[in-house]
Amino acid sequence: MSESIAKQTSPHVQPPPGRRPPFLVRHAKWVFIGPAVIVMILIMIYPLGYTLWMGFHEWFASSVVPPKFVGLDNYVRIFTDDARFWDAFWRTVYFTVLAISIQTVLGVGIALIFNRNFLGKGLVRTLFLFPMVATPVAIALVWMMMYNPVLGVLRYFLDIVGLPPVEWVSNRLLVIPALVIVDTWQWTPLITLMTLAGLSALPVEPYEAAVIDGASGWQILRYVTLPLLRPVIVVAVLFRSIDAIKTFDIIYVMTQGGPAFASETLNIYIFQTGFNYFHLGYASSLLIVLFIIVMSVSVLLIRFRRVDW
Amino acid sequence: MYSSHVTKSTGRPWRKALLNIAFYLLIIAIMVPFLFVFYWMILSSFKNQVQNTAYPPVWVFNPTLQNYRDVFAQNDIVKFAKNSFIVAFGATGLGLLLGLPAAYGIARYKQQGLGLAILVARVQPGISFLIPLFIIFLKIKLIDTYIALIITHLIVTMPIIVWMMISYFEDIPAELDDAARVDGCSPYGAFWRVALPLTRPGIAASGILAFIFSWNNFLFSLVLSSYRTKTLPVAVFNFMSYEQINWGGLTAAATLITLPVLLLVLLVQRQIVRGLTIGAVKG
Repeated sequence: MSESIAKQTSPHVQPPPGRRPPFLVRHAKWVFIGPAVIVMILIMIYPLGYTLWMGFHEWFASSVVPPKFVGLDNYVRIFTDDARFWDAFWRTVYFTVLAISIQTVLGVGIALIFNRNFLGKGLVRTLFLFPMVATPVAIALVWMMMYNPVLGVLRYFLDIVGLPPVEWVSNRLLVIPALVIVDTWQWTPLITLMTLAGLSALPVEPYEAAVIDGASGWQILRYVTLPLLRPVIVVAVLFRSIDAIKTFDIIYVMTQGGPAFASETLNIYIFQTGFNYFHLGYASSLLIVLFIIVMSVSVLLIRFRRVDW
Repeated sequence: MYSSHVTKSTGRPWRKALLNIAFYLLIIAIMVPFLFVFYWMILSSFKNQVQNTAYPPVWVFNPTLQNYRDVFAQNDIVKFAKNSFIVAFGATGLGLLLGLPAAYGIARYKQQGLGLAILVARVQPGISFLIPLFIIFLKIKLIDTYIALIITHLIVTMPIIVWMMISYFEDIPAELDDAARVDGCSPYGAFWRVALPLTRPGIAASGILAFIFSWNNFLFSLVLSSYRTKTLPVAVFNFMSYEQINWGGLTAAATLITLPVLLLVLLVQRQIVRGLTIGAVKG
């Protein structure tokens, strides 16, 4: 860990010799980060510890009956006797893999198209930011309206090309793909913009060499650009996966996990367990499992992320 | 930058022009789906209920402002907007107050560990913190208060502010800092008189982004707020569960929530990807 070595050496000039600097100056480091550390402990570390503790208990948010210690029972139940958890787990995997595959292909493809100077490029980039920052509840609501199988505008578009109306979010088989479309609409631009940043930082030499060797445009893309971009794409994929795993707003607003749990991802399942059934002990143990899943992907991300781009 | 695989056609000029037109058509084809959702939202907000429930959809019509009038008249939208504003403003202000010195400390004293710990708040789903915080707030009777919302929204605002600002502070040459110290500034003087003024654009950008994400946040407010402190996203979600869905009113409300965000984005568009990808890039 080079970081821990670097920690020892302060970049600052040494204080004048012979006089010890005041206490607050000697410990400036801790004064700067102290308040944030205290708040982080209060709103993150303590709650996580509390969750860990609560995960070993059974409690129904009752003020009369205190949490009852049940040991590992909650975890045993998660892994051996909770079909709803496993359904939600695989649904989360399905949603994430489907959404990220589509977004990566589209996002990188669009970035390759945008990667030249053209009139209006600035405007296009600006407009591309809008889906990512627009309030998700508002977006989910508009999509609900467009998905309406009777009078939605998407039915109209299907009509034009001669396809029958689709039930989208009220169909058990189509609800996840329908949500993936919304997620793709929201987040493909992020992959595009990350890829564009990566493209602008690529070295020139490999291209010169490829042109001299008489490579075609397609060969350059396949054997030069994409391999050089790989680290950027890996980071984008992992980064987006973390967010996709925990997608909440659009799913909750559009389906609340329905119809008949068909879109209940882990995040939604935990929310329902905690705030619909108030089964807070069990929800806490589920949270710990989700926490570990997300942390594993995050550790991968930290391993793969680029120093600079 | 080297644009590869395109523009290498040395053919006749008309062929080049044709390729150019095809390229722009392609750009438009890409952009249309992304913009259509916004277009449809705004269009629907100016339609009456009959037009909104017509099939096939109505494209040309006499726009009405009635939906906006209804939203303001029949609902406490002003109050919810005020709540949203108070919470987002409070969480951003507090986030800056705590986050700016922290980011400076991380950048100057190489406290990467704290940086990574703050990143946990960014990568973990909000519900990881929400269930325990809900129990705690329930116990100390803080449910449906601004304090509870602002504190939880710090989980959203702090990582953005800290991580964006780390790179801004690292961009300040260390000599500048040291020069200030030689001139007799304390570390705090160097922070206050050198680092903060130099990073003003970064402070503005990270503050605006933090504000947007707090403004957009749905989950924390959904659980922790009730009638008194309900924020706009929760209010709109609640309108949706009415029996007879009033699409005009809903899209008018959706437009009203989204518009401030889109306007703010125009101010910070250059830094926004940096803010959205904190943690993906090493600071």
